[in-house]
Amino acid sequence: MSIGFGSDKTLASLARVLEGIDLPADWIGIRGVRESITRRMMRDGHPEDNMRSLDQGAMVEVLAHGQFGYAATNRLTPEALRAAAVAAYQQAVAASALRLHSFSVEARPPVVGQYYSPQQQPLDGLSPAELCELLSKICRELKVSEQIMQTNATAIANQTESWFVSSNGSEVYQQLALLETHFSATAQSGSVVQTRTNNGYLAHSYQGGWELFPQAALWEQIDRVAHQALELLTAEECPTETSTLVLAPDQMMLQIHESVGHPLELDRILGDERNYAGGSFVKPTDFGQLAYGSPLMNITFDPTVAGEFASYAYDDTGAPATRQHLIRQGRLERGLGSLESQARLGVEGVACARASSWNRPAIDRMANINLEPGETSLADLIGSIERGVFMETNRSWSIDDQRYKFQFGCEYGHLIENGELTRPVRNPNYRATTPDFWHSLVQVGDRNTWEMYGTPYCGKGEPNQVIRVGHAAPVCAFENVEVFGGAQ
Amino acid sequence: MSRSVGWESTFNQIAEVLNQYVERGEQVLLHLVAEESQFTRFNRGRVRQTGQVSDGQLELTLIGSGRVCDRILPFTGDKETDWPLIAAALVEARQELPQLPEDPFLVTPRGAATSREEYPGQILEAAAVPEAILAPLTGTDSAGLYAGGRCIRGYADSLGQLHWFETETFTLDYSLFTADGQAVKEVLAGNYWDAAQYERQIETCRQFLGLMGRSPKAVPRGQYRTYLAPAAVADLLSMFSWGGISEAALRRSGGALRALQQNERQLSPKFHLRENFGRGLVPRFNQWGEVAPTELPLIASGELVNTLISSRTAQEYGLVSNYAVTAEHLRAPEVSPGTLNEADILKQLDTGLYVSNLHYLNWSDQPKGRVTGMTRYACFWVEQGEIVAPIQNLRFDESLYRCFGDCLVDLTQSVVCVPEVGSYEHRALGGAWVPGVLVDEFTYTL
Repeated sequence: MSIGFGSDKTLASLARVLEGIDLPADWIGIRGVRESITRRMMRDGHPEDNMRSLDQGAMVEVLAHGQFGYAATNRLTPEALRAAAVAAYQQAVAASALRLHSFSVEARPPVVGQYYSPQQQPLDGLSPAELCELLSKICRELKVSEQIMQTNATAIANQTESWFVSSNGSEVYQQLALLETHFSATAQSGSVVQTRTNNGYLAHSYQGGWELFPQAALWEQIDRVAHQALELLTAEECPTETSTLVLAPDQMMLQIHESVGHPLELDRILGDERNYAGGSFVKPTDFGQLAYGSPLMNITFDPTVAGEFASYAYDDTGAPATRQHLIRQGRLERGLGSLESQARLGVEGVACARASSWNRPAIDRMANINLEPGETSLADLIGSIERGVFMETNRSWSIDDQRYKFQFGCEYGHLIENGELTRPVRNPNYRATTPDFWHSLVQVGDRNTWEMYGTPYCGKGEPNQVIRVGHAAPVCAFENVEVFGGAQ
Repeated sequence: MSRSVGWESTFNQIAEVLNQYVERGEQVLLHLVAEESQFTRFNRGRVRQTGQVSDGQLELTLIGSGRVCDRILPFTGDKETDWPLIAAALVEARQELPQLPEDPFLVTPRGAATSREEYPGQILEAAAVPEAILAPLTGTDSAGLYAGGRCIRGYADSLGQLHWFETETFTLDYSLFTADGQAVKEVLAGNYWDAAQYERQIETCRQFLGLMGRSPKAVPRGQYRTYLAPAAVADLLSMFSWGGISEAALRRSGGALRALQQNERQLSPKFHLRENFGRGLVPRFNQWGEVAPTELPLIASGELVNTLISSRTAQEYGLVSNYAVTAEHLRAPEVSPGTLNEADILKQLDTGLYVSNLHYLNWSDQPKGRVTGMTRYACFWVEQGEIVAPIQNLRFDESLYRCFGDCLVDLTQSVVCVPEVGSYEHRALGGAWVPGVLVDEFTYTL
């Protein structure tokens, strides 16, 4: 008989399985995950994808001789889970003589609690017909000209539940309601092809229900996206110069993610990621010392923001999650590291041990990493700039394995001339090094410019894991940045 | 890994039973991805994380009345567990189908093709992995991942098509580091674990690592003659799969090879690219049960002779499918060799950059085929045919049309397999067969 994932007795059932495991281990935990997704995609008003998925399984983790071992299975019978516990124990024992670190049970604190995403309208509140019609209508509205060659609209509803029990008394249930939406228009004139999206692919990723989509402003946004795609066809190329760069919050999302979030991950600093995603220019001795950026820079790890994509109450090892400053007034305070990484490196971290699902072990992960707002209005910010480029919406990203040299491209730009936004420019790109860039932060927009986005596609880890992150930021201005346009 | 799960027999039984539930006018397709994998991750030459994953996902596609919808479900290999979920999914899909708009580009499976390929292996037992991997690395600072076990792809449909692909493989993707962070990266992969081969490979890495003890050279931005080793070429080639050689991407604008397709730009007559399934690393069938030709030339003497066309794209644009997968990405790419003798690489490079690997590629101007990314691991400054020093990583921003076109000097005489080591959702299969490439005036920007 299978464990009934999704019933109100799941935690009790997993606890009973745990009681039935007879192993000479220091600690045993079971983390069950059930993820239900509905994905609907339309292209040019025609269906591209109508998919519903269910994924469920459990990871059993065992600590023995100072080494964790795991075994993950989608067979959810007590017998299969007990067999997984034996396999996990054997893994730990086999590796213990060659372990990297001797962990104790302190890496898995006992905790009891629950978390639910805020949600007003359930994710199944729209019928397949209603949702397909809505997406089809978005495609139609995006087609404002014959030069619009392609339109796309996507909505993904995701309900994820997780259950965590452990031999030292943990019982945690978390239920995430996640909504990801996207639309875009691609315009073409001769060899010039330009795509404009609503803030980047699936950047509108939040916790909540259908109350998030459609909103009143949706149709205005659709009109803006379509006309800006057309506008880019005749826009001049972004100039090649060293200039003042102003980034909208939808590009700040990527900037924060790549050049602040990833370099602060303690497992990168510890070397775990060097073979895949890379290390970091940040050294262990930098915490508490390093002037990461200008004094205007305030970055928080904040899994408590209502509706932000990566909010939660406990990480996947049971550590309670709280808001913490990573960088305060430009100075580096703490890293993004789980209890395991904190024990290994001896620096402060946060509750960020997360796994992409039941079939992957938890590793150090960003959750919501936000840049706190400043006090400058958008009008004052732009008004103070004699010459610059305002860029919106990421479309290309690349940064080296130490998170130092980067080059990012955006969908849409505007020249700033004599304190005003003037002509649009296409193919806007910029490149810099991380410390120089953040030290060149000269203006931070106020709360009115602060916007929240997310993405389901942060990749990391061996074996690979893709995970959800949230980022919120105001409009920001950076001095003396190298900007440039497309190929000749 | 234990062979406890009867993936194939259960899959076949379910396909057979399911066909009895299909109603008139309906078609049902099943597509299975499953694995039993051992993952051992290491750092500093010690085990960081170790475990096993047994996972299967079954995609059920229901077609009827010109409409289609999909259900993805857990597949455990136990019929008693799996069948109720699948049967319920079929009912649910049948209820949803009338609510969906008609799909004008719907692909319906045809024919009654069957195939079965099984590649058994002889790989490490789980308990033996830590010692076998780490003992030869003693005394080095190393990091990486061993992944091994059974990987399965299956397909069945209500017309009677049935395909099975099963392979027992491992990949060991690892790096060795100097004290100041310079690295050599290697991959070992196959169906058979060969300890002696592994030890030889590590010895070569150690020798390479010795070259990196010298102080790294800061190379100013500029254009340099560059040798791109096979792993770097495979990375550049991967961009062809990301909006490059897909017919859909080309038709819907923005495809990077559109200028090549329209004869506005050329690639070098020395550049040849084909899909070659003959090496048996990946299944030839796609999600409609269609079997790709064993070989498909794509670029011949620098000219685009074929793009990847899925049956869906063919349906939309009135073309003939070459049975690409929906995403129209390369599955079994092979770049032909050239005339550059491996022993002469440094001599022919003369003065410039020897680039072993690239990292974090992305389009900087996709319609123009321009790519940005970073050098990474074991990259050297070479003067007059001699390695002088490792370099500090450089950002490049260069067009595929220059790299494989105007600026391509030569390709090496032999090709090597750069295995896929990805494991997002499940372990990837296959790899790219590529030579090294000598390029003039490769553009570095930061």
